[in-house]
Amino acid sequence: MSIGWYLVVSALVFCIGAGGVLTRRNPLVVLLCLELMLNAANIALIAFARMWGNVDGQIFAIVVMVVAACEVCIGLGLVVAIYRRRLPIDVDELRELQG
Amino acid sequence: MTEVLFFIAAIGAIAGAVGVVSLQNPFYSVLALVFHLLSLAALFLLLQAQFVAAAQVVVYAGAVMVLYVFVVAYVGAAEAAHFKSPVGGGQRTLAIGFALALFVELCIAVLGSGLDAIGTDGPTVAFGFGGPSQLGQALLTKFLVAFEVASYLLLIAAVGAVVLARRRGGIHDEEETRVSAMAFLRPPGVGTMAEAVEGRTGTPEHRELGPPVGTGAPREDAP
Repeated sequence: MSIGWYLVVSALVFCIGAGGVLTRRNPLVVLLCLELMLNAANIALIAFARMWGNVDGQIFAIVVMVVAACEVCIGLGLVVAIYRRRLPIDVDELRELQG
Repeated sequence: MTEVLFFIAAIGAIAGAVGVVSLQNPFYSVLALVFHLLSLAALFLLLQAQFVAAAQVVVYAGAVMVLYVFVVAYVGAAEAAHFKSPVGGGQRTLAIGFALALFVELCIAVLGSGLDAIGTDGPTVAFGFGGPSQLGQALLTKFLVAFEVASYLLLIAAVGAVVLARRRGGIHDEEETRVSAMAFLRPPGVGTMAEAVEGRTGTPEHRELGPPVGTGAPREDAP
């Protein structure tokens, strides 16, 4: 399959993830949609690594996975802290940082 | 054969992504994301990225998703109490329109790019491309700084998650007492350093004495 197909799949997954971030109100699902967007970037990076016949893009993908793991760690820690404080688990109601 | 595998994996990945966004129960969303990640690992294998595919399955679909499942199970009871549907009305339409516009824009960017190799399968690569040896060599020579920074990032994130999710004093209502076997062997008023810092004591005799002086906690029976 040509590289372009992989890029189209990547674009589609990224857009689904972006739509999910905008429409869902549960912070857990928002985090899952962020994962989708990061994974879409990973497909594009690995497709370009294949296109150039070079492993540098795969290193980038591994670093993206590390960043995604950190994001999950902190995000889930925040969700647990919100739950412990008996606050509503809803991004629309958690608007104290809005200014 | 490659085409068939590609379409199966791509349809699986897109179906998983749609499932994550559209399923109402967060637990099913996590399962859909696991399916999506496994399909993605198949796509990575088709792109000759064996090590990244293995890491995707083991680390991502395995460990990270287990963390998600734990948190969803922990928070899930409160979630069911006030079950919220996704946003509706104008905001939903706007979000879907934005996502479609982004997709069209990305497709235009992909198709209109000047890269000739996008229409090809990529060059023929040597055996072992994307294997652990090649990636490890690149990580420890060319990308050593990125490797070290990534490890520091993981450390900071681990410490940050523990700090965020730890049990603070004042949130839990019921008094938590931990009695170990050592507590009965010690004379009253003697404890570990951790107990002195937290102001909790093990045995009833300890509790009568109250928290030690200097911890900020009030002493009830101050002499």
